[in-house]
Amino acid sequence: MPKVIFTANLQRHVPCPPCVVPGGTVGEALENAFAAVPRLRGYVLDEHGQLRHHMVVFLDGQACSDRRGLGEPVGEAGEIVVMQALSGG
Amino acid sequence: MSDQMLASTRKGLFSVGRSGSGRWELAGRSFLGDNVTLALADPRDGSWYAALDHGHFGVKLHRSGDRGATWTEIATPAYPEPPAGHEERDALGRLIPWALVRIWALEPGLATQPGVLWAGTLPGGLFRSEDFGASWTLMRGLWDHPDRRAWLGGGADVPGIHSICVDPRNGDRVTVAVSSGGAWRTEDGGATWTCCSRGMRAEYLPPEKALDPVLQDPHRVVQCPAWPEVFWAQHHNGVFRSVDDCGSWHEITSAVPSVFGFAVAVHPADPLTAWFVPADKDERRIPLEGKVVVGRTRDGGRSFEILRAGLPQENAYDLVYRHALAVDGSGNRLAFGSTTGSLWVSEDGGDHWITVAEHLPPVYAVSFVR
Repeated sequence: MPKVIFTANLQRHVPCPPCVVPGGTVGEALENAFAAVPRLRGYVLDEHGQLRHHMVVFLDGQACSDRRGLGEPVGEAGEIVVMQALSGG
Repeated sequence: MSDQMLASTRKGLFSVGRSGSGRWELAGRSFLGDNVTLALADPRDGSWYAALDHGHFGVKLHRSGDRGATWTEIATPAYPEPPAGHEERDALGRLIPWALVRIWALEPGLATQPGVLWAGTLPGGLFRSEDFGASWTLMRGLWDHPDRRAWLGGGADVPGIHSICVDPRNGDRVTVAVSSGGAWRTEDGGATWTCCSRGMRAEYLPPEKALDPVLQDPHRVVQCPAWPEVFWAQHHNGVFRSVDDCGSWHEITSAVPSVFGFAVAVHPADPLTAWFVPADKDERRIPLEGKVVVGRTRDGGRSFEILRAGLPQENAYDLVYRHALAVDGSGNRLAFGSTTGSLWVSEDGGDHWITVAEHLPPVYAVSFVR
């Protein structure tokens, strides 16, 4: 099953250790991760389920571009990393 | 009189307590490092609410039942999905999202309305909760009002509701003010709304639009609790007052040293007395001549005094935002905080000021705990 890792900066607000969850797409895996910590959802997605403007999701090292549907297929050993879209210093 | 106040800042929420005559000290710190845009101390049950903007992680609301010792995250207002294919743009062609950008006003209902809270937001939605913030309902009567589409951002990219005045005579009667979209009134708890900013004037608009009530930019509107038909506004264009329940507004041109500013506070028992923190209009937005002063009128705006005792009078460039001036229930204690991290309090109606802090993060809002 895919592994989901959340940015350490998010841990300050919501406990979200790395987890292994079922899911055939990035969106499905994230929803399963949110099921364990429902409050987490609103920190990553907006009220319409879209990836927040300044967040980014990497799947196996590649940035996901489907910010609304998060429909990229995930393999059994896929690794999803949820990060801030950092810029500046 | 209030012995405690809350200062919402760019890097945390600070509670400030009175430890003796003329002595106020930072007593509590919450959300250190986080952007606290607004706080509310609910006089009905003593709860505190804090609105946070985490940037990347969005806007959040927290509630404390023990005066800030512990906090619990509660629901945030959420916008509905727009109709399929609907892409909303303002009159200047800029995109208006149907999504929460910031909580810009937070007010309790009356004592007879336990659990009722109102939240004003960017991009212009007003929300009501009937369960202490566990859930929120968008007031569709205002959001769907055709004139809302004429609102513009004022200082922000999108319009926002920054002032909510719940009528002490009737909690279903609520007045809100919008930058930039005038003032609006409901008589039925939020179902239907009418614009109530006739008489405001926006000199910076094209002449044919200058008096359009829907295009006004009141920076802050407050209602006198004891004389609720009297409202004061610090408008982008100057100071305005209504003595007929927002039926009409008249411009007050005698404010000194400047008619420009963001904040206004009205005496809770005296509708003739109000305070302002003027700034150099409007492209510069700093104190005139580097002197921080408070303007006070005690005769309904016919004349103003400049209050400066205890305030820095040289090399001071503090700007005071619209929620960062507060008066307590007695009308004697006032406080204001600045973008450069200063916080001052007065115990005599503004005649003398005491410096509470000089190195806070930028102060967004100040309120007394009642």
